[in-house]
Amino acid sequence: MTQSKMDTRPDESEVTQPTLGPVGMLRWAWRQLTSMRTALFLLLLLAIGAVPGSIWPQRNIDAGRVADYLVRHGGTGPWLDRLGFFDVYSSPWFAAIYLLLFVSLVGCVVPRSKIHWAAMRAQPPRAPLHLERLPESGQIVVDGSPEDVLRAAREVLEGRQPGGRRHFLTRRMAGRSTLVRRWRVRSEELSLSAETGYLRETGNLTFHMALIVVIVAVAVGHLFGWRGDRILVTGKSFSNTISAYDTFDPGPWVDTEALSPFKVAVDRLDVTFEEHSIGAQQGAPRDFTAYTRTQASPNAPQIHQILKVNGPLSFGGTSVFLLGNGYAPVITVRDSAGQVLMHEATPFLPQDANYRSVGAVKVPAASPEQLGFFGFFLPSEYLDQVAGPSSFFPDLKNPALALGVYEGELFPQGRPQSVYTLSTEKMTQLKNARGEPLRLLLKPGQTMTLPGGRGTITFDSVQRWAGLSIRYDPGKLVALLGAIAALGGLIASLMIRRRRVFVRVQPKGRRTLVSIGGLAKGEDPGLAEAIEDLLGAIALRCSTTGTSTSSYIGTSTLDTSTNGSGTKP
Amino acid sequence: MTNQTLAQYANLGVYSAMVVFTLAMIAFAFDLAGAAPRVPASAPEPRMEPALAGAAPPDTADDALVPDGEPDLPRPRSRKAAGIAMMLTRLGGGLLIAAAAMRGLSAHRPPLGNMFEFALVGCMFVVVVFVAISLRRDVRWLGLFVIGPVLLTLGLAITVFYTDASELLPSLRSVWLVIHVTVATFAVALFTIAFSVTILHLVKMWLEAQAASDPRAMSHLRTAVNTALPPARSLDRTAYGIHAVAFPLWTFTLIAGAIWAEQAWGHYWNWDPKEVWTFVIWVIYAAYLHARATTGWSPRAANYLALAGYGAILVNYMVVNVYFVGQHSYSGM
Repeated sequence: MTQSKMDTRPDESEVTQPTLGPVGMLRWAWRQLTSMRTALFLLLLLAIGAVPGSIWPQRNIDAGRVADYLVRHGGTGPWLDRLGFFDVYSSPWFAAIYLLLFVSLVGCVVPRSKIHWAAMRAQPPRAPLHLERLPESGQIVVDGSPEDVLRAAREVLEGRQPGGRRHFLTRRMAGRSTLVRRWRVRSEELSLSAETGYLRETGNLTFHMALIVVIVAVAVGHLFGWRGDRILVTGKSFSNTISAYDTFDPGPWVDTEALSPFKVAVDRLDVTFEEHSIGAQQGAPRDFTAYTRTQASPNAPQIHQILKVNGPLSFGGTSVFLLGNGYAPVITVRDSAGQVLMHEATPFLPQDANYRSVGAVKVPAASPEQLGFFGFFLPSEYLDQVAGPSSFFPDLKNPALALGVYEGELFPQGRPQSVYTLSTEKMTQLKNARGEPLRLLLKPGQTMTLPGGRGTITFDSVQRWAGLSIRYDPGKLVALLGAIAALGGLIASLMIRRRRVFVRVQPKGRRTLVSIGGLAKGEDPGLAEAIEDLLGAIALRCSTTGTSTSSYIGTSTLDTSTNGSGTKP
Repeated sequence: MTNQTLAQYANLGVYSAMVVFTLAMIAFAFDLAGAAPRVPASAPEPRMEPALAGAAPPDTADDALVPDGEPDLPRPRSRKAAGIAMMLTRLGGGLLIAAAAMRGLSAHRPPLGNMFEFALVGCMFVVVVFVAISLRRDVRWLGLFVIGPVLLTLGLAITVFYTDASELLPSLRSVWLVIHVTVATFAVALFTIAFSVTILHLVKMWLEAQAASDPRAMSHLRTAVNTALPPARSLDRTAYGIHAVAFPLWTFTLIAGAIWAEQAWGHYWNWDPKEVWTFVIWVIYAAYLHARATTGWSPRAANYLALAGYGAILVNYMVVNVYFVGQHSYSGM
């Protein structure tokens, strides 16, 4: 961006540079950082740096897979971890790349904006003497005095008809309709300079500035945004407070006491799976719909709302998404006297596409020792020879619970633990009469008696749960607007042509020789045609005022690599 | 519920299109091979290629401005084969449109749900864009290099990527499927054509250098290709022009994808492998455009970046969809 065609600053590489002081060194470093070459290098580095995050599992997406990878790759795993390959997008080296790129971007955009601001208010430069040296040029001899011809050229450029009326959108030029370009024209005595396409640079700068806005918006989202996850069994409700979440992940500057006080209850969850297809699509999820009651604040009226996978609920800036679902078998545990020790719908977490789910039932009220059950819930149970109790379909075709029973201390030293697993370090598994681990297989409605007068366990029914993800990102709207502005700027900067055209007139007897030269910024295959059009339009206009026809000398293209299609004057 | 009969017809359409494209390819190749001048090396000047230089056919008002045709140009060769090839290409394109429509109707949804369907719709876009360009410019020289990749992709699609027509996962049921995936596929179609032109540009530069140093040592085939292709500069411009259209479309894909991700997954950017690669592609092509705007870089070096960008597109489509674990796992394979 600092060394493009219209840049008139001298080429620095040819200047012998004096010894640099500290300020000079800083300036040199700044120049280097904000140079186009560095920006390009950083862009490519960013592309390469982003790739490892798609190859190796990432902690922020799936911490479980990272742990699994580390177990399976004892040699390379820890080294990759040290290099940040499992947290690529929050690793120092990735941050270094994008921060440098950000600085480079700012350092490039600010001076260019100043230059462009000045250019937008400046007159086009004077016409050079030798127009034929420009990338595109052409000449023609027409009737009329130089002043008249120059006026005609100006009228053509400004899109006026000979009467002075201005066409609005299109004009006929040499028999062809072209979009009107708004030329800024500067008149001299025997020459004329015109420039168009200032919006190209405006668009370009808009694009880069909008990218800065997007980056800032992303940063705002990280600092002030939060996300929380909650598994909500149907029939239950939850309020948006930090204690209601299973996991809560706030940005560093979030005030966790001031969350918006909405409330969500899930009354029913409908799920549909592919039943008819065979092969890979069999059992694929087809539709999830949660029927909810919501309250924006404790005093607000209750509203019935439908929550779907692509249709989140919204409370101000906070959105509630339906990201998962599963089963929560309702289980009752009684002691030997028939006293209810626990009666609860316990969510189990699906492990595969057929919802083979794991979970734990904890009964701290049991005596003399606490009881814990750990195992699977299977919506469509069958016994696999290798894997044991499995599920053949994700929906409830043959629901069953397969549990092992443990006895001992549920919460050793009161340490926090996952509700879905049992910490068995202070527990022993119950055995059956043959000394094998006791396994319970329960169908809905069934009750089993535990050995040794430990009471009974009943599988009452199955409920579903909705996996809700609640997000707050104050930067997302700004990020979106920034992205849209960037797209608009990009389109303008790629589609609009920045062109300069110079016209010189020279008396040739009683007629006038018109020379036109043009140059463009960047690629502009249409420039030659535009020059040709302009010549044609001037000729047309001058021949309507005069009587004899104009004589065409030709256009030329300065192009050393190919044979120009025109003849040189 | 899906209509499998209709899906069968869609497959039949793909097979027929492949047959037609094979014939078109042969005809295009025949046309290219016949491009060498009859009298070898007597007229090293390439034949005039008015179309790609950007000029529309001159109309009456312009006639006075256009110099008389250069008298030493050889008589234009007969290009019957190319005409047949273009006709076949249109026919094949029509068959692909029909196939995509039937595929969509069979599952009552836009045919944009799995890799087979992306490939099908992508090929359809490539052919449609090629035919559309051919209405305005003479791009018969490009035919072989557009229909070839299309045929290859269709072959892969119907064998390796093939998935039965079925309904969509809940997360894919959104109006954004149509917006995001259609534009993405269209952008990839443009990148594909631009890729072919970029390769041809590199080939042509090499051939031009050869022709300039020792034209007599060139084989008949090389002379033919060298004659058939437009000048390297013009190829370069065309490639840049297509990239310049495709890049904003890809930017739009990125934005639309982020909007959809926000709706479906709760976050507009989550560094999912597919998101990462979409971003990588965007960054590489952005670097390409920057390299073009920098005088320090030769167009050739910039063009290598464009090729790298297309490599990333292929990875994004064929590797990420199938092998990387992420939320875009919809290959259906």
